[in-house]
Amino acid sequence: MNGNAVEIDHLTRKFGTFTAVDNLSLSVGRGEIFGFLGANGAGKTTAIRMLCGLLLPTSGTGTVGGFDILRQSERIKRTIGYMSQKFSLYPDLTGRENLSFYGHTYSLDKSTLKARIEELAELLSLSEFIDRISGRLPLGWRQRLALAVAVIHKPTIVFLDEPTAGVDPVFRRTFWKLLYDMAETGTTVFVTTHYMDEAEYCGRISIMHMGKLVEIGAPRELVLKHRASDLEDMFINLIRPQGVTDAAN
Amino acid sequence: MRQIKFIAQKEMYHILRDFRSLIIIFVMPVMMTFLYGYAINMDIEHIPLTYVDKDNTPESRALIDRILKSGYFFLTPHSPELSDPDQILRASHAAGFILIRPGFAKALNTGEPFELGLIIDGSEVSQAAAVQSYSNVILNQFLLDRLPPETTVPGVKLSQQVLFNPDLQSSHFFVPGIVAIILLMISALLTSITIAREKEMGTLEQLLTAPVTPTQILIGKLLPYIVIAFLDGLLVLIFAKLLFGVPFVGSFPLLLGFELIYVTTALSIGILISTAVPTQQLAMQFALLLTMLPTIMLSGFMFAIKNMPIPLQIISRIVPATYFLKMIRGIMLKGSGFAVLAPQAGFLALLMILFLFLAIRRFKTRIG
Repeated sequence: MNGNAVEIDHLTRKFGTFTAVDNLSLSVGRGEIFGFLGANGAGKTTAIRMLCGLLLPTSGTGTVGGFDILRQSERIKRTIGYMSQKFSLYPDLTGRENLSFYGHTYSLDKSTLKARIEELAELLSLSEFIDRISGRLPLGWRQRLALAVAVIHKPTIVFLDEPTAGVDPVFRRTFWKLLYDMAETGTTVFVTTHYMDEAEYCGRISIMHMGKLVEIGAPRELVLKHRASDLEDMFINLIRPQGVTDAAN
Repeated sequence: MRQIKFIAQKEMYHILRDFRSLIIIFVMPVMMTFLYGYAINMDIEHIPLTYVDKDNTPESRALIDRILKSGYFFLTPHSPELSDPDQILRASHAAGFILIRPGFAKALNTGEPFELGLIIDGSEVSQAAAVQSYSNVILNQFLLDRLPPETTVPGVKLSQQVLFNPDLQSSHFFVPGIVAIILLMISALLTSITIAREKEMGTLEQLLTAPVTPTQILIGKLLPYIVIAFLDGLLVLIFAKLLFGVPFVGSFPLLLGFELIYVTTALSIGILISTAVPTQQLAMQFALLLTMLPTIMLSGFMFAIKNMPIPLQIISRIVPATYFLKMIRGIMLKGSGFAVLAPQAGFLALLMILFLFLAIRRFKTRIG
């Protein structure tokens, strides 16, 4: 087992003639908060799904938590937590029932699970909503609940696909505070986002464009390297279609 | 094992919270029993019949009385002026008429040959056949009754006796088959949507990142539905018995035991379908197609298996209803016991294991 939480080597995934992820290589250290950036359709979700064992790569290899993504997806599942871009919990179950069901799939015992649910409800200010049918909750609370499910078993690596999409700014801050706390206890956070202010919270970021990795590094260093005014500026410049020049410059 | 329990519990929440579906689950089978039971009832009764009695003797009137009181016919009168057979049939809307020429009473007493006329409307084939056979039977009984006691009719006599369903009532034959079809169809429908629904709603994505195996998921999903389908079966059996008055000679607990195996097999078919298709709608269509047609055509419900071409006979072996029909008819009509039906139960259980095995093999732990 190597020391990195995530290790990707020339990972490619094609859907027919369309290449969603093209020769992606990167590594993420343990306890790191890694921002996985890219425009819509850049291949972020496809890459995350391959890492979580939901999709098989067309070619290439990788490890998550030291386990091979091709052959050890069952071991990977015990190691990771996953929050999908789209709400994927059972909408006809209450928050507590969802948390309890997933907690049980990780073989948490009853008392541990109960305490953990209380703890998460407290951390995410969910207590008031936890016994409501989750499908009827407002988007922000559904996202909190989905995050709670992703970390119910204290995974060593969490994959969060757009966790703050549609969440208000106040709660985004709470969200990130939680991610920082998790990273401090050694959890690796692999997160995609559209918000550039959030990208700045990350230890390192990568930028994907049309399935390819175009840049990787610490946010501040990248801004300096590209002589951009800020991350957003740099991001737009990087993913701008080639051959199109910005008339304002 | 614990994982299976929690998946079953979760599935039970889905079932119980979807109140509308729950009602459908219990109302649909009862309605279908009702509809199918009457639609497929093949007994032809209450046939319109008329007569022309030119003999007009106590004997001729007794014969007509006997026929009309048999329960199969009712009299549709026609005006006595008509003499043309075509006209009589058209005017009376009868399926046929009996023509008794003069001399019937005399022939009856002297034993000389006599020709009784039966004119049938052939445009309704099955009704015509029924008129023919019913009136033949009635006439024969009438003639036998008139023989003085102690006399014997010379020549060979064929003694017919029908066992188990002495009246050859088709309902006794069909109702068990209808029960078999409905249980198979409903059960397969129930489970066919379970995984398809998770695919459609996207909940499968989260479930597949959790450490649960296909076996745990599928068995966990199956368990609550076994309870539901079993109760459905109980409901259909009781309803069919009450509505159609089918005799029940054998052991009810034994039938329930077999019913349990049968619905579980059907649920396994549903699960197998569910693993293979992407949407609930498609799953339901497949479930209906794959259960109804083979059951009606190949299970022995309509056509005797032994008269089928060999390839179809082989296919009938993997149609679960083939086995259940033998069980339910055996228990209900003949009172067959466990020893007689054990091989059928064994085959059914094997089919169930086969379908489940295929479903587990087919179930993809990856999406896309």
